Amino acid sequence: MPENSQAVEERSRDIIAPGYTFGSVTDQIAAVVLTKRTPIFWMACFSVAFGLLLLFLWAVATLLAEGVGIWGIRTPVMWGFAITNFVWWIGIGHAGTLISAILLLLNQKWRNSINRFAEAMTLFAVACAGMFPLLHLGRPWLFYWLLPYPNTMGVQPNFRSPLVWDVFAVSTYATVSLLFWFVGLLPDLATLRDRTHNRLARLAYGVLALGWRGSARHWSVYETASLLLAGLATPLVLSVHTVVSFDFTIAILPGWHSTFFPPYFVAGAIYSGFAMVLALAIPLRAVYGLQGLITLRHLENSAKVMLATGLIVAYAYVLETFTAWYSGDVYEQAAIWHRMTGPYAVSYWVLIACNIVLPQALWIRRIRRNPVTLFIWSLIVLTGMWLERYVIIVSSLAQDFLNSSWSIFQATRWDWATFIGTIGLFLFLFFLFIRLLPMISIFEVRTLLPQASVREEAEG
Amino acid sequence: MTTPIYGLMAEFDSPAALVNAARAAREKGYRKLDAYSPFPIEDLSDALHLHKNRLPLIVLAGGILGLLTGYLMQYYITVWDFPINVGGRPLHSWPAYIVITFELTILFGAGSTVLGLLALCGLPMPYHPVFNAPRFALASRNRFFLCIEAADPLFESGATSAFLQTLEPREVTEVAQ
Repeated sequence: MPENSQAVEERSRDIIAPGYTFGSVTDQIAAVVLTKRTPIFWMACFSVAFGLLLLFLWAVATLLAEGVGIWGIRTPVMWGFAITNFVWWIGIGHAGTLISAILLLLNQKWRNSINRFAEAMTLFAVACAGMFPLLHLGRPWLFYWLLPYPNTMGVQPNFRSPLVWDVFAVSTYATVSLLFWFVGLLPDLATLRDRTHNRLARLAYGVLALGWRGSARHWSVYETASLLLAGLATPLVLSVHTVVSFDFTIAILPGWHSTFFPPYFVAGAIYSGFAMVLALAIPLRAVYGLQGLITLRHLENSAKVMLATGLIVAYAYVLETFTAWYSGDVYEQAAIWHRMTGPYAVSYWVLIACNIVLPQALWIRRIRRNPVTLFIWSLIVLTGMWLERYVIIVSSLAQDFLNSSWSIFQATRWDWATFIGTIGLFLFLFFLFIRLLPMISIFEVRTLLPQASVREEAEG
Repeated sequence: MTTPIYGLMAEFDSPAALVNAARAAREKGYRKLDAYSPFPIEDLSDALHLHKNRLPLIVLAGGILGLLTGYLMQYYITVWDFPINVGGRPLHSWPAYIVITFELTILFGAGSTVLGLLALCGLPMPYHPVFNAPRFALASRNRFFLCIEAADPLFESGATSAFLQTLEPREVTEVAQ
C-alpha cells in the first residue's frame, strides 16, 4: 500500500511542478498578460495570422462582389470546401467543451491548467466554422432568413430540415461556449484588475470583472453555476456534432445515409480537437516557460484521448466499408468503391494513413512524452481529419446514382484562400486572447496546489 | 470611532487559517460576516453555512421555459402559421421538433444559469466597501480575508478587534464604509 500511495502522489505532482505557491502561480500566468514587453514569438505569429486574416477579408470581399461562383462548387458538388471546412472547424471546437465540461463533471483535475485556452479555442473555432455556412448562402446579408420571425413574405423556416436544426445547434453552441468561458474568466479578470498598474487596463478588467471580490458567498454560487453549465454543455457538445452529421445522414445520398454517423462524427470531432489543443499547447508552453503548469502529463493524457478517439474513428471506417458491402445496395457499394479507387483515392488513402495508421505510433510512450513528435503527430491528425470531411462530402456528391450527373470537384484558389484565411482568423483571435487574457485559469490552478487543501494542513 | 465603518477585516496566510477563523467567528455568534479567498474553498462554505442556493431552481425554470418555447414555436409555425403539406404527413410532426426543442432548453438553461449567478451574487457591483481594505487586492492572489461587518448585532469595535486578534491573523484593519 505505501508503494501505491507514493505512486499516486507522484502522479498528482505531475499535474503541476513542485515548488509553486499561490503567489507564484498568479504572477507567472498574469505576467504573460500584464508585461509591457511583447515576446518576438508573439509578434511573429500575430503578424502571420494578421496577414492571413487580410487574405480572408480579400477572399470574402471578392466573394461578395462576384458570388459563390468563384469557388469550385458546381453541380452536383455544391457543398465543396465550404461545408468541409465548417465541419472541420466545428469539430475542433469540441475538444474545448469536452475539457471544460465533461472532464469537470468527471473530476479530472488535470484539466484545470488547459481548460481556459481550450475553451478559447472552441470559441474561435466556432467563429471560423460559422463563416462557411454564412458565406455559402450566397447572399450572407440575408442570413436572418434562417431564423423564424414574423415577416412580410409570409414564409417560415422548415423545421423538419436538419439544416434548420443546424442553425439552432451551432448558434446555441456558440452562445453557451461564450457564457461558459466568460463565467470561468470572472475571478481571473478580478485578479488582473487587482494586479495591473495601468489605469486603462484596470478600468477594462474592472468593468469585465463586474466587481468580483472572491466572497465565500459568491464562490458557493459560482461552484454551483460551473457544475450546472458543465452539465448543460455536456449533452450540448454531443448534440452539436450529431446534428451536423444529420445534415448528411438524413439525405439519401449513398455514402451519407447511415445511422452510425452521429457517434462517428462526435469521435472524429474530439479526435481533431485534441490534436488542435496539442498543436497550440506545445509551442505556447515552450515559449512562455509554462512547462511547470502544462506538464508532460497533460500532453500525454491528451495524446491518449487522441489515440482512443482515433480508434473509434478507425472502427467507423471499417464499419462503413463493411455496412456498404453487407447492405447489398449497389449504390452504397459503388460509393465506397469510388472513394477507395476513384478520383479521390489519393485523398482517401492519405486520410487513412493520417487518421489510422500513423497515430498508432501514439501507443509508444516515448512519442507521447516527446513534445516535438507529439506536435508533428497532432498536425498529421488535423490534416487527416480535414481530408476525412473532404472525402465524405465531395466524393459522395461527385458520384451519386446516375453516371450522367457525375462531375469532379476542383478547388479554386479562392477556396484555398478562404480556408487558409479562416486559419488566419483563428490564429489572430487566439493570439489576441493570449496577449489580453490569462491563457491558463489562475484560480483553478491555485486549487491544484498542495497548500490549497484545508484538511491536510489542519492535521499536519 | 466617529465615522461609521463597514467592518473589521482580518488577513490570513492560508486557507486552513481562514476556515478555522470563520468557524470560530460563527461559534462566537457573529452572523454578518464574509470570507474572501482567491479560489473556492469547500470547507469555508461549510464553516459559514452557505450550502444551499436557489440557482438549480432558477436553471430548471429557465430550461423548462426554453423547452416550451422551442416546442410551441415549432408547433405554432408548422401547424398554424405556415403549414407545409408533404404527401399528407401530419403537420404536427413532433419527432422533427426534438432537436430545436432540446437546443433551446440548453440555451435558456445556460442563459438563466449566468443571469442567476449574477443575480444571486449581486453582480455587477461597481463599488463595494471591502475594496477599501488596504491589502484587499491580495484577496485575488494569495491572501485570505475574514470580514466581520459592523451591521452585526454583536459587533463592537474594540471587542471584535480583540477577538479577531486571538485568531492569529497577519493583521486586522478597519474597513471604511
